Amino acid sequence: MRLRLVPKDTKWDFFGRSKLWLGISAALMVLAFVSFLTQGLNYGIDFRGGTTIRTESAQPVDIGLYRDAIGELGLGDVSITEVFDPTFGEDKNVAMIRIQAQDGEESVSAELTTQVEAALAEAVPDIRFVSVESVGPKVSGELIQTAVIAVLLAIGAVLIYIWLRFEWQFALGAVAALVHDVLLTIGVFSELQIRFDLAIIAALLTIVGYSLNDTVVVFDRVRENLRKYKQMDLKDVLNLSINETLSRTVMTSVTTLVALISLYLLGGDVIRGFVFAMIWGVIVGTYSSIFVASAILLRLGVKRDWSKPDAGAGTQFANIDA
Amino acid sequence: MLQIDTWKRVLIWLTVVVGLLLALPNAFYTRVETRNDAVKALEAGSSAPGLQEQAELWPTWLPSGLVNLGLDLRGGAHLLAEVKVEDVYETRIKAMWPEIRDMLREERATIGTIRLQKGAEDELRIRISQADQVERAASLVRGLARPVASLAAAGASDIDVSTDGTDVIVRLSEAEKVQTDDRTVRQALEIVRNRIDQVGTREPTIQRQGAKRILIQVPGIGSAAELKTIIGTTAQLTFQPVIGRTTDETTRPGPGEELLPSRDEKTADGEPIYYVLEQAPVVTGEDLVDAQPSFDQNGQPAVNFRFDASGARRFGDYTAENIGNPFAIVLDGEVISAPTIRDHIGGGSGIITGRFTLEESTNLAVLLRAGALPAGLEFLEERTIGPELGADSIEAGKIACIVAFIGVLIFMFLSYGMFGIFANIALIINVGLIFGLLSLIGATLTLPGIAGIVLTIGMAVDANVLVFERIREEIKAERGPARAIDLGYEKALSAIFDANITTFITAVILYAVGSGPVRGFAITLGMGIITSVFAALFVTRVIVVIWFERRRPKTLEV
Repeated sequence: MRLRLVPKDTKWDFFGRSKLWLGISAALMVLAFVSFLTQGLNYGIDFRGGTTIRTESAQPVDIGLYRDAIGELGLGDVSITEVFDPTFGEDKNVAMIRIQAQDGEESVSAELTTQVEAALAEAVPDIRFVSVESVGPKVSGELIQTAVIAVLLAIGAVLIYIWLRFEWQFALGAVAALVHDVLLTIGVFSELQIRFDLAIIAALLTIVGYSLNDTVVVFDRVRENLRKYKQMDLKDVLNLSINETLSRTVMTSVTTLVALISLYLLGGDVIRGFVFAMIWGVIVGTYSSIFVASAILLRLGVKRDWSKPDAGAGTQFANIDA
Repeated sequence: MLQIDTWKRVLIWLTVVVGLLLALPNAFYTRVETRNDAVKALEAGSSAPGLQEQAELWPTWLPSGLVNLGLDLRGGAHLLAEVKVEDVYETRIKAMWPEIRDMLREERATIGTIRLQKGAEDELRIRISQADQVERAASLVRGLARPVASLAAAGASDIDVSTDGTDVIVRLSEAEKVQTDDRTVRQALEIVRNRIDQVGTREPTIQRQGAKRILIQVPGIGSAAELKTIIGTTAQLTFQPVIGRTTDETTRPGPGEELLPSRDEKTADGEPIYYVLEQAPVVTGEDLVDAQPSFDQNGQPAVNFRFDASGARRFGDYTAENIGNPFAIVLDGEVISAPTIRDHIGGGSGIITGRFTLEESTNLAVLLRAGALPAGLEFLEERTIGPELGADSIEAGKIACIVAFIGVLIFMFLSYGMFGIFANIALIINVGLIFGLLSLIGATLTLPGIAGIVLTIGMAVDANVLVFERIREEIKAERGPARAIDLGYEKALSAIFDANITTFITAVILYAVGSGPVRGFAITLGMGIITSVFAALFVTRVIVVIWFERRRPKTLEV
């Protein structure tokens, strides 16, 4: 007896409501973008400069106490959050303190951290500073820039690769799915105000890679079936290809999710945001390779028969030359 | 049909064995690390007791390369510094003044008298009394220009000379600035390396990043602030003749003179004291050959130093001629002390006293031995990660990896039965190979890197899943077992190929654009793709073929 996540020989119609799905995706993308514009991302110090201090103490974290201790220094915007994690013991109470970049300072000031550490040590005698990180505004500006470049480069490179290996309609479909995934991920981060730092960019690029992996497998099958069933309607070819690869799509997504969820639960709080982005990305990426990439491919149409340009009238939605 | 040449099989298994052997040391991390350190110490000529036993903890015929742990896993300090290359322009251009002055003086008959004016810091502004001769003076100065020694700027000269009214202005040319910048950063890198070596921490990373930056990572050091006191100080030491002493900070020093504050000295009512000094130093830190922390006759911490031969001669001559006059010991623009010369100092050695703490005198000695930085450093980024946080991260990462691993193994077995077990063997080999590859290239494992491995565990089965699903389809199409397996591999190939190349592209871009932990992630992701394709296409296949040859099943259940 085998475990089967997808029943044998599915013949589901994925495009009966393709307009609806595309509409929902588009609406979600708009929502994500609006959230990004209005609420903005909760940038970590990598991207906006400043200092974060991670403290550990045997006493429970009293945020008010911490705030009073640091408040006297007049450092502007200071955020203090307690960090919870199932892997922490009873006597391990962790807090993250974030201090904004100080005005008029290009580089990192050591006095600032020393002052903060001294003030906190006075308030909480057994406090330890397990990590202290400062990024100057000069570097953080560049980091944003390189991050954006990295994501754009990745999408561009992929566009070209798929265009070369398939047809331009496939490339557009795949890239639409990528943009969809990246936007929705950014939307979730801005809506939930999860800290957005350099590692999240790595996660974004991995999502790009994963989503693409999925899309390419479906497209590969579409290409094969297009050659095999020359007279079949494009919609049916797409449906057939997705159904044929469905078992694999679900299998791989589930094994990846099994691995990621164990990392999410047990991997510690330091990379939880990073892993969350990837889990979200795997789910969205799997969805988008079917309901966005393939749906767009259906709308754009594919050039079917290269030897006889006019043959098979009616099966062609478009005959635009790439 | 369903067969693989013997030489191919041997090659595949050989690769697996070599890869696993390379990964093996990581399973005994502390042990191998102790051994490697001991071997290094022995090679360096150390003969401390116990080293020999430590060196024998790991057999020499086994590979001993380890995956480096990144700072976020091991704990330590990370600094990104920018070299203030502009600092050097001023020194360079000011150093040209004597030569220009002497040359123009010889032409006094035509251009008249010359005077150095106050101008911007990176220029020389020379006023000529014969206003109509300013162009001639400029062309004379141009005659002193030297070609820039670089291929990229062939034909360019090192100075730009222009005129402004009756002034001749001399600046460094752009080509020369580029050259100077490069030299400055290289020198700074060398000095930083010297200083960190003097302190003697293990395996520091000191790299140039971009045109003007230096990245410094030192594992195990307590904090970035500590590191900064060692490398952040310029430590330009000079001995300069004293002209006067004042409490008035608005005193205007004459040409060729400068006003510098005293480091510790204050008047009775607490006002800071300033010294007027001759700008040209008698001797500098570059003339030192040694510096050691010590104590002065009052038992206060001090630094003993020794000059090289030429420095000793100049210092000796100067002290002989100026008995009774004070001279100043200046460190980074502050007068540390200004003793009066009581006697001719001929031995070439001396002592610097100031109000040092013991730590300050020790640090100063280190800095003087390692040499001065050619320009100041500006710190753009600093991170300190405590070793316990790193240890927690490793622990958590390890557990997560194992759970993920077991989860995927069970899942694969439930879904594909016997074939699932084959894929699982390949998956175990795959993770071993990742570590083998990482050790081989000496890559650094970071926390996101561990995430990359976990992600690879999840995604590595993808290639196998693709093949197995294909085989299922072929069985459904009534193909015989051998044919089904063969076609399964053949038809899945293009999807595997495309899917992995696209992911690999993103890994390459991440590596190229990213830095630090992100790069660590890109490396494990990229290596994971290579090993997982190898494991799925070759290892699983060999296993399947061997199984098939033994059993010759009539029907196939995948």
